[in-house]
Amino acid sequence: MAVKSLIEAIREAITEEMVRDSKVFVMGEDVGIRGGVFLATQGLSEQFGADRIIDAPLAEASIMGIALGAAFRGMRPIPEVQFSDFVWPSVNQLIGEAARTCYGTNGALPVPMVIRMPYGGGIRGGLFHSQNVETHFFHTPGLKVIAPGTPYDAKGLLKSAIRDNNPVVFLEHKKTYRLVRGEVPDEEYTLPIGKADIKRVGSNVTVVSYGLTLHYCLEAAEDLAAQGVDVEVVDLRTLTPLDTETILDSVKKTGKLAIVHEDNITGGVGAEVAAVAVEQAFEYLDAPVMRICGPDVPTMPFAQTLEDAYMPSPEKIADGLRKLAAY
Amino acid sequence: MSVTIELPHVGESVVEGTIGKWLKKPGDKVKRYEPLVEIITDKVTMEVPSPVEGSLVKLLAEEGETLPMGAPIAEVATADSPEGAEPETASVEIETAESAPAAAPESPGTAGYLLRDVTPVGPTGGAAVELAEPTGAPAKPPARRAPAAAPAPVATTPAAAVAQPPSGQTRLSPAVRRLAQEHSIDVSRIPGTGLGGRITRDDVLKFIESGAAQAPAVSSPAATAPTRQLAGDTTANGDETHVPVSPIRRIIADAMVRSVTEIPHAWTTVEVDVTGLVALRASIRTEYEQNQGGSLTYLPFVIKAVVEALREFPTMNATWGGDKITLKNRINLGLAVAAPDGLIVPVLHNADQFSIAGLAAGAINLAERARTKKLTLDDVQGGTFTLNNTGALGSYVSGPIINYPQAGILTTETIQKRAVVIDDAIAIRSMMNLCLSFDHRINDGAEASGFISAVKNKLQKMAPGTSIY
Repeated sequence: MAVKSLIEAIREAITEEMVRDSKVFVMGEDVGIRGGVFLATQGLSEQFGADRIIDAPLAEASIMGIALGAAFRGMRPIPEVQFSDFVWPSVNQLIGEAARTCYGTNGALPVPMVIRMPYGGGIRGGLFHSQNVETHFFHTPGLKVIAPGTPYDAKGLLKSAIRDNNPVVFLEHKKTYRLVRGEVPDEEYTLPIGKADIKRVGSNVTVVSYGLTLHYCLEAAEDLAAQGVDVEVVDLRTLTPLDTETILDSVKKTGKLAIVHEDNITGGVGAEVAAVAVEQAFEYLDAPVMRICGPDVPTMPFAQTLEDAYMPSPEKIADGLRKLAAY
Repeated sequence: MSVTIELPHVGESVVEGTIGKWLKKPGDKVKRYEPLVEIITDKVTMEVPSPVEGSLVKLLAEEGETLPMGAPIAEVATADSPEGAEPETASVEIETAESAPAAAPESPGTAGYLLRDVTPVGPTGGAAVELAEPTGAPAKPPARRAPAAAPAPVATTPAAAVAQPPSGQTRLSPAVRRLAQEHSIDVSRIPGTGLGGRITRDDVLKFIESGAAQAPAVSSPAATAPTRQLAGDTTANGDETHVPVSPIRRIIADAMVRSVTEIPHAWTTVEVDVTGLVALRASIRTEYEQNQGGSLTYLPFVIKAVVEALREFPTMNATWGGDKITLKNRINLGLAVAAPDGLIVPVLHNADQFSIAGLAAGAINLAERARTKKLTLDDVQGGTFTLNNTGALGSYVSGPIINYPQAGILTTETIQKRAVVIDDAIAIRSMMNLCLSFDHRINDGAEASGFISAVKNKLQKMAPGTSIY
């Protein structure tokens, strides 16, 4: 197996699916000749032509609306929102229409499209290039939301998303693009949407995370292992549908739950995971549920010190988990 | 007629009590007002008299069991009615002070259940005032109960034992509750290793694995001679012996944890030259003890100095209230006393209104009643500052824990002769350390130092000729 970066895994998934299915096409700002600002579609324009790798104007509502219309007509579009921060003009097309059409037409109009969005901070991107947008889509039925943390998961899940008949929001953490590398099988494979993955087996504390903070959790877990605290790290991979079974099994095993994400704490994915644990595993809980998340400030600060203060870090996570273990 | 005796309401903030010892057994005749049972609350231990005359038919609560106020504890058949009639409920009136009638509301209303005790008997640094009996004396075995005679609670009423934590202050996580229920374990037998001694899920699992859950608790009073054992049994397991926590021990533990968790403690100490005080006491001691009875210790002199200093520094006689600081207009001085069951802090109310002789008498009276377990609820309530004579135990410095929610606690340390430099000459003086822990939310070092220096200056001014009346 070759070791690849996360962005390489994404590019492979798009390429393979475009080769496999001629209905698949990509549309977005700078995706064509430039190959995408993060080079996710590098070389695809040459391979598939400008008709299937379409450079769009700076108009997210149009990108999303055109993709939606194409999906209605049986195509499998992959619209790219250059930075998830720019998704807001297209939210009507995405939440108001794409998420609801299949349900509203009693299944007559499925919306097979994958909206790729680089998201997240910790990259000194400031107010408009660091946002975490997942909670808005996580809250919306009719959308599937995927947030992979490793190249293997990213490729397998993106291929499944492209084949899925529902609108899928596919979140790629910018900082993981080149930072995270991992083995990716040479042969064809897909991964099931809606299945969490236990990235580290442990017995004392469960920590649930996804995306970039998953790696911080793994780092914290290693740190704690040296101190005799055995942490189980659950990678959600898919936010919607939420794999409550894996979460509950782990919580029942360890009795202690922490959730880590970069998005604002209030009403976030962590709140839902905590609610699920309290509703369905109450009698197994041996400590209050803990959340280690971004604070409730309007957006990611630009100054390094403030961004550091905002972001969960391996140290902050280890600190929290240590307290939870000692409770 | 059969009368049901209830656990009496003894005070507004007291919500539950533990049966200490039954003073009568079923079949015994009991006179009206005759002591029937000893009840331990988080304030005080008291004997509850029978409200009626008759014979004790049945005990409804076991020794060691903790019950809410108003819960039925026994049935007494009264002579004037035939046996077997419908039980009638009798409220027991408890005198909270010898002269005063019951302060507790007569109504069996449950308002008390909603209130948490805001002024627990905060044990302090874990030591005795000089008045207390020497703690070095061999600890008495628990006179009130022969461990072999009473059945282990877990063997007789497993369900009840699970439902009833050893004291109302024990919080069990859902996981611990479920496991205890599934395995019919009396959680009071499980040693807690979590935060603040909390019983964790892993503690329960280890307990189950050890096999201790199945076996009835092993009673080994001879081997361990636990001096404060009240209820439950001691379990021995390989390398460790587990001694159940008595209600008083539990209350002390909880009060300590609460104090150190909530109050940011700061600490300071000063040296006091008490040569004059030593001479003063020596000069009047014989006469005092002949005329007044009782021994004259250094304690009343220290109390005098402390209450006068508290008057000058009202923020030391205060409590933290989050958005306000409450200054206490009265000075009620708590005195840490080592009682047979554990530390207790009886209170000298309005201590600033007494002479040194009056303080001496009051302190002797309180310590005596603490040792003989005759303290009333009033005796242990309302303290505004605490004094602890750790010097009686030979301590030279100590770091006391504040008696929650007070603003500070002062210890007096051993008086010993030391070489001291005075005016560039070496003199032999009687020296004593004062140690102060204070709530840094209320006072800064400046106020605390001012206070402790004031106590110091007042003590240093005491000399032969100072009046004690």
